[in-house]
Order: sequence, then C-alpha cells, then structure tokens
Amino acid sequence: MSEMLKGIAASDGIATAKAYMLVQPDLSFSESSVEDTEAETKRLDDAVEAAKADLKIIKEKAATNLGAEEAEVFEAHLTILSDPELLGNIKDKIVNDKVNAEEALKEVTDGFIAMFEGMTDNAYMKERAGDIRDVTKRVLSHLLGVTLPNPALINEEVVIVAHDLTPSDTAQLDRNFVKGFITDIGGRTSHSAIMSRTLEIPAIVGSGNATTAIKEDQTVIIDGIEGEAIIEPSNQELKKYEDKASDFVKQKAEWKELKDAKTLTANGKQFILGANIGTPKDVVGATDNGAEAVGLFRSEFLYMDASEFPSEDDQFEAYKQAVEGMNGKQVVVRTMDIGGDKELPYLPLPEEMNPFLGYRAIRISLDKQDIFRTQLRALLRASNYGRLAIMFPMIATIKEFKDAKAIFEEEKAKFVKAGKPVSDDIEVGMMMEIPAAAMIADKLAKYSDFFSIGTNDLIQYTMAADRGNERVSYLYQPYNPSILRLIKNIIDASHAEGKWTGMCGEMAGDQIAVPILAGLGLDEFSMSATSILKTRSLMKKLDTEKMKKLAEKAVSECETTEEVISLVKEFTK
Amino acid sequence: MEKKEFHIIAETGIHARPATLLVQAASKFNSDITLTYKEKSVNLKSIMGVMSLGVGQNADVTINADGADETDALAAIADAMTKEGLAE
Repeated sequence: MSEMLKGIAASDGIATAKAYMLVQPDLSFSESSVEDTEAETKRLDDAVEAAKADLKIIKEKAATNLGAEEAEVFEAHLTILSDPELLGNIKDKIVNDKVNAEEALKEVTDGFIAMFEGMTDNAYMKERAGDIRDVTKRVLSHLLGVTLPNPALINEEVVIVAHDLTPSDTAQLDRNFVKGFITDIGGRTSHSAIMSRTLEIPAIVGSGNATTAIKEDQTVIIDGIEGEAIIEPSNQELKKYEDKASDFVKQKAEWKELKDAKTLTANGKQFILGANIGTPKDVVGATDNGAEAVGLFRSEFLYMDASEFPSEDDQFEAYKQAVEGMNGKQVVVRTMDIGGDKELPYLPLPEEMNPFLGYRAIRISLDKQDIFRTQLRALLRASNYGRLAIMFPMIATIKEFKDAKAIFEEEKAKFVKAGKPVSDDIEVGMMMEIPAAAMIADKLAKYSDFFSIGTNDLIQYTMAADRGNERVSYLYQPYNPSILRLIKNIIDASHAEGKWTGMCGEMAGDQIAVPILAGLGLDEFSMSATSILKTRSLMKKLDTEKMKKLAEKAVSECETTEEVISLVKEFTK
Repeated sequence: MEKKEFHIIAETGIHARPATLLVQAASKFNSDITLTYKEKSVNLKSIMGVMSLGVGQNADVTINADGADETDALAAIADAMTKEGLAE
C-alpha cells in the first residue's frame, strides 16, 4: 500500500526516485576491552583511511560546486586525520588501556574538543571544535559500519529525505543525481525552499515527518506542484504521475517560448521581470529562464559560504562574473544582510533576545565600516563590467540611508582621485522592508534612486509575527490590505519623484499577488528564476486598466486577505 | 639542528587555513620539526598541536628542524610563512 505525505509545495515539478536518507545515523557504541590490540589498531587505520577517502570525494565536489575556498574546510579535515599526535594518542590508548578503537577515538578527540572549546577568548578556535567533531563522526561511522550520508557521496538518481537542508548541503547537491527532495521542517521562504527553486529541483518542505515515514531505498514520488509525496506508489499511481510530469514538461515548454519575449500585458504595458540570485553561478539559471534583470543578488552568501571575510578581490570576481553574465542587464546587489537568522562563524555577535529586531544588515555595515567599505570597493570595481546597482538592506531612517550613501560616495571619490575607472551611473537604492521606512517613502524617495520591497521581512515586521514561528504562521498574509496599503504608499512615493520600485520578495512571483502589483504600478518583479516564465505568461493575460481597478478595490474596500483573494479571482477570470 | 625565528604579522594569527598550509609544508620532510611559542613546543606536523598554541598577531615563534633535510625544511616553511602573509 502506498502512503501519502503532505507538505508545502516549494518547487514545481514531479520526480520519482529511490529515497536517500540525509539523516544522522545512530553512532552509539559501548566500551569494551580488546586482547588483540594490533588488530584493533589496524581497524582504526582502516576506518581513518575510509574516512579520508570520503573526505577527498567531498572536497573535490565542493571545489567544483562551491569553489576552492569552501573546499579548504575539507582540506583542514583531511589534515586532522593525518595528524601524527592525534592518531598516535589514539593508538597509544588502544595499546595501553586495551580498549576498543571507538572508545579510544572518543576519549582522545573529546580531550581536544574540550581544549578548543575552552579557548573562549578566540571564537575562531572555538569553532574548530566542530571540525574535530565532524571528523570523529566520520571515522566512527566507518568503525561501526554505518553510512554517514553526505550529498557529495550520492552517485545514483535519488530523492533526498532530510529534516532540513543546510546551505552547505544544498550547495553540494548534484543535479544529475538529485531528482527532488522533501524535508520535515521549513516554509516556502526557508533557505531550502528558495534553493530548490534556484536549482529547479521539485521539492516539498515542512512535511512534518518525512524522515520517519520514509525509509532508505523506498521509491518516492515528489509532487512539488501540489506539495504531496507518495511513498511506495502503486503501478497505477506511477502512471498517473508520469502523465502529470509530462503535462508539466509540456507547459514548461510553452513557457520557454516566452524566454526571449518582452513582458507585455494584454493592453501592451511593459514590466521588467528579474531573478533573485545567491551566487554568480545562478546567473545561468536566470538567463535560461528569461530574466530581464537581477533584482536581488544576495551578497551575504559570499560571506556565509566562506571561512573568513571574503577579500575585496574575491568579492570583485563574484560581482564581475554576475554583471558580465547578465550582459548589460541590470544587476542589483544587496549589501551584506547578516544577522537575524543568518550568522557568520567568524563574526561572533552577542546573543540577542530578538535577533530579527537586532544588530543586523546595514546596522552592522554602518558600525563595522571596514567590512562595508571592502564590499563597496569590490562593487565599484565590478561596476566597470556591466550595469550594476547597489541597495542597502534594513534601512529604517533617512539618516541611515544618507550615512550609507555618504560612505559609498567617499569610496567612489577615492577611485576617481586615484584615476581608477568606475562607472558613473551606478544606481544606489534601498530595501523597503521596515514599516517605518515605508511610511516615509515620500521623503526617502528624494535620496534613494529606487526602492526594492522585501516582502518577507515587511510582512513579518508589519504583522509583528516571526516568520519562522509556526504557531503564528497564519499572520503571514501577503494579500492583507494592510500590506497592500504599505506597498501602494512605497510605489506612489517613488513615482512622485520619478524613481522606480521593484519587489524582490516571494510575493513578486505569486500568481495571486501579481495582478494587484501590476495594478499598483510596480515596475520590476524579481523572483526565483523558475517563476519568471510562468509570470510572463500570466502578464500576457492581464489588462493593466482593469488591474488598476482591482488594486484600488483591494486597497480601499477589502477588509481581509480572503476578500482580496476572491476579488483577484473574480477580476482574472 | 637548525632554527629560525618568526614574528607573526597576520591579523588573525596562525589558524585553520595558514595552520593547515604550515603543517602540510612541514609534513613533506623527514626531519623532526617543532614550533615553540611562549616556551611551549609542539610538533609542527600536528595540526591539533599547532592550533592548540593559539598563536595570535605579534607573537614571536621559533621553529626548530632536526634531521637530514632540516635546511630544506626550514626554507620551505619560511617560504610558506611569507607567501601566506603570516610572518615577516
């Protein structure tokens, strides 16, 4: 009998493959005494060699998929496994105490972990305790004969089943083998969901119990359109989903024909559809899906994927690659948005009661100006290679914007003075994600070249509801008239000053929201690359005059989200 | 036996990336090589040992090499130090 799991549809498409459980195996063991210490030492050596072989594969994959810098972590892991002191101590313990290799390994590595964790004055060294733990786990898994999964080790077609996927997990997914994934937790805007759309892998998140309901090697169908997974499907079900998959492929082919078309409404009004990207590599997916711009380059991924602050040169290369890849189309880079739920191991920040309301994004950049200036210099250099725009995240006040802009101007002036080339038409704008800024959008529009509405944060701050908290998730209401009014205020304010407004949140590609946003006069819609063609196809059916009326009604007459949704359905019938 | 002193200039001292490179450089040689800081000596072929010293910026460290290839070893280590901007 097949079984169905329901979750949140995170990324379109249908996939059928065997399950690969990306979950921690049971690594428990008990201490025992050994007689043949020579054999036990040999067992340790074999496990260490097997762990090294794993790490070499993981390192190579990381180097190809993520870059040399990310691969260095695994180089460090390999160095730990070649450490004569560490291995010597473990072997001494086996021989002298006559204990099993598992116990000797644990005792010795525990000692090192405790030593590194004790270095409280050095956050970096404290982090290294994690490296030793990782390495120990891998050796231990080989001693115990269980598999320690790693996305890099997958070499056949699979559907990944995980509690959640971390950025480093998703970065190592090989699209040739990973056909889809399903997680226990997460929502449409969680990291794993966003990545699944970037990678164009069918995905379901927030299923609740995928890791317990699904067993290794079971056949699983992932329906990323409906957010449903079928475990051990019947032949009939397999056939049904085969048909559904081919229908989806057909529809995608229809959409593909719009790849090089302009985004025009039924009455001939033009809009710009952009892509949100995390790394320069995503530019390929953006252009393949007909992006007319990059409306959001999340530069924090450059920081999150590194083991220390990325240098000016490293950042320059990344920004240059992105603007060159877009071939004259605009690329809006958001400056470092760290804090909230995004941490950097090498930038220890004090624990806060409310990280989303705390020290993050532009607040850090204005405080730690050396980090900010390095980023701005890299951006200035990259501006010579294409059409670059910069925006600051989390601006709440006029002063913050002016201060950030002044630093930008200072760095730019230094370039000019030194006779170094720099583009003269870099637009400098800001994210609109704090209600306070939205309320004074008319004032901010005098200074900012453009606005980009970040809906996930704007909704969370307007509703005072943590978007990661499932108990208040009902308050994530993008169509609520309160949100629509703020959006209208922002768009109108920018137009009054001859500026433009884009949107780079999830809402920009939402099929219910698009008609309203078109009616409100939003200029640029930036979304996951895979939503672009679907949205371009929807735009073709819309008449902006009619959508203006829809937007007016939604903003001034509707009282609830539900009313807005039925209004949109009525207008787009 | 040969020895050489280094003044560490890297802002973050000797950790992960530079430490890994130093250890890799040392491991290529047969000589016994030690790193001494604040009168504590560790095996330079041991990443754990090197990191456990917690060598920060402005530290003065000594490297001793003892063995048939001691001269080459010290030269290679000095080379790694300057290449990585660790010491002058």
